[in-house]
Amino acid sequence: MSQSNATMNLTMYRISSWLKSPKPYLMFVGFGLVLSFWYFSVEVWKLPRFQDMPSLTEVFEEWFSEDPYYGLSIYTPEYYKHIGISLRRIAYAFCLATALGVPLGLFLGWSQKLREYIFPLFELLRPIPVLAWVPLAIIMFSGSETPVIFLTFLASFFATTLNTMLGVESIDEEYSRAAYCLGASRWQTFVHVVVPGAMPYIFTGLQISIGVAWFSLVAGEMVSGQYGLGYIINTAYIMVQYSQIIIGMITLGLFGYVTSALVRLAGDYMMQWRVRELALGGD
Amino acid sequence: MSTTKKSNEIIAANVSKTFGAGPFAKEVIKDCSFTIESGKLTVMIGPSGCGKSSLIQLIAGFDQPTSGSITIGGRPIDGPGKDRLVLFQESALFPWMTTWDNVMYGPRARGEDAAASEAQAEFLLKKVGLEAFRDKFPAQLSGGMQRRAELARAMINKPEVMILDEPFRGLDHMSKELMWEYYAGLYEEDRNTNFFVTTDIDEAIFLADRLLIMTNLPTSTRSVIEIDIPRPRNIEAMADSKQANDIKTEVMTLLHEEAMKSFSGGSAAAADFLDAYSKRAG
Repeated sequence: MSQSNATMNLTMYRISSWLKSPKPYLMFVGFGLVLSFWYFSVEVWKLPRFQDMPSLTEVFEEWFSEDPYYGLSIYTPEYYKHIGISLRRIAYAFCLATALGVPLGLFLGWSQKLREYIFPLFELLRPIPVLAWVPLAIIMFSGSETPVIFLTFLASFFATTLNTMLGVESIDEEYSRAAYCLGASRWQTFVHVVVPGAMPYIFTGLQISIGVAWFSLVAGEMVSGQYGLGYIINTAYIMVQYSQIIIGMITLGLFGYVTSALVRLAGDYMMQWRVRELALGGD
Repeated sequence: MSTTKKSNEIIAANVSKTFGAGPFAKEVIKDCSFTIESGKLTVMIGPSGCGKSSLIQLIAGFDQPTSGSITIGGRPIDGPGKDRLVLFQESALFPWMTTWDNVMYGPRARGEDAAASEAQAEFLLKKVGLEAFRDKFPAQLSGGMQRRAELARAMINKPEVMILDEPFRGLDHMSKELMWEYYAGLYEEDRNTNFFVTTDIDEAIFLADRLLIMTNLPTSTRSVIEIDIPRPRNIEAMADSKQANDIKTEVMTLLHEEAMKSFSGGSAAAADFLDAYSKRAG
């Protein structure tokens, strides 16, 4: 009880000190600069190569319109359907990649023998870009849903597995020795030392994983798929509905950011010891 | 408690250890023999980098000697065992556990009675002055506190033999002296067999019942000094004690000789330095 209370207090303290610092306000300055560059270059100065770009006002009017010209805005259920389907694919792929990648990475790092069997194969497959998998994914899986989930899963899986393995290798041998000395069995050492010791790397892996998941999702949705944010961008391009491209992009950015933040929050929650370490002894 | 403690005397007989093979072979320990007597605090001191840590690896059972044998209570050492507990140079407190969970780790891992071990953990934390820090993580403790927490984590297991490899290295002088007192207090509590390795002469003399002085590389035993200054010892009294100072002079002379051996690589400058040094010492 007091532990979770302390966790809560720490989080509140960090949020309030963040709000008191200049950081959040500098963030608005950054956004302002980019948006005004967009506005001036397209609408005011009409720079060469920029004239075909959708303008800031056009995009935002479309995005927040109750009766959008191209049929997609925050008021249309269609918009949320696309988001929902993309999110569902991300959720399936990310959860599957985590559920398979973390244990595999742990065992690869833990067992020399397993590593000798699997790691060379793994290293050969890992550099193959997701786009190169597209034809095979379409041939292997039926329908339009599974190939996209498979492609999204793939890159995530490699990132998670590799980082988890590196995490296990990064653990100081002193900790395992100490555990053995104190009478822990091999399995207990795995559970109490290897898993928590690899946790910081695992969460680094999951951060990368969620990022590449969005990346591969869009690649997959552009090629195969009937819904989703990647699909919107691709279709809008073909149909010359350029403002929709930008709406799709901004939405992707927003959800990418939110999912990353959720992974980071989960990491902070599970690694209180590390949060406190980084907060320099604050409690 | 029990009046007849099982003997867990450790005997090293003609132990040698060579690392690598062929032209890269390096002999670290050579024909080394010594005894760690049961129920005593034996301190091993030698020039730094002289292979003491390699010896600890052998006694702990993490490594095997190239030749010779090491036995504990008559049985040969062929791997790590519950009877020996090693406290290493670096802090090996689990960073993801609080002080309390770290101290309780051994009893929990072995599935021992929770109530009894909790009482013991509370007693030990009080003894090393950390009862207010039981819910802190290691990173929130100072270096000296971490070493104390580690002492408590080791002591709670009541190991037959406790092996400490320069456990207070890197602490400032004040914390070091405090640690000596905490540690000696804990040792005097139940007088188990303790083997303590150090390069610090004051530390060695303050703590030891028996002092093993090692040679330079490859390591063997140079001499053994029994220190029968009564316990509990007091740091200031030790500084004024003639007996302690005589031992200190003797140990220093021996250690200087050994340290100089590694210095004199044949260069004239080193020889001059050695000369000047021995004149001053003489």
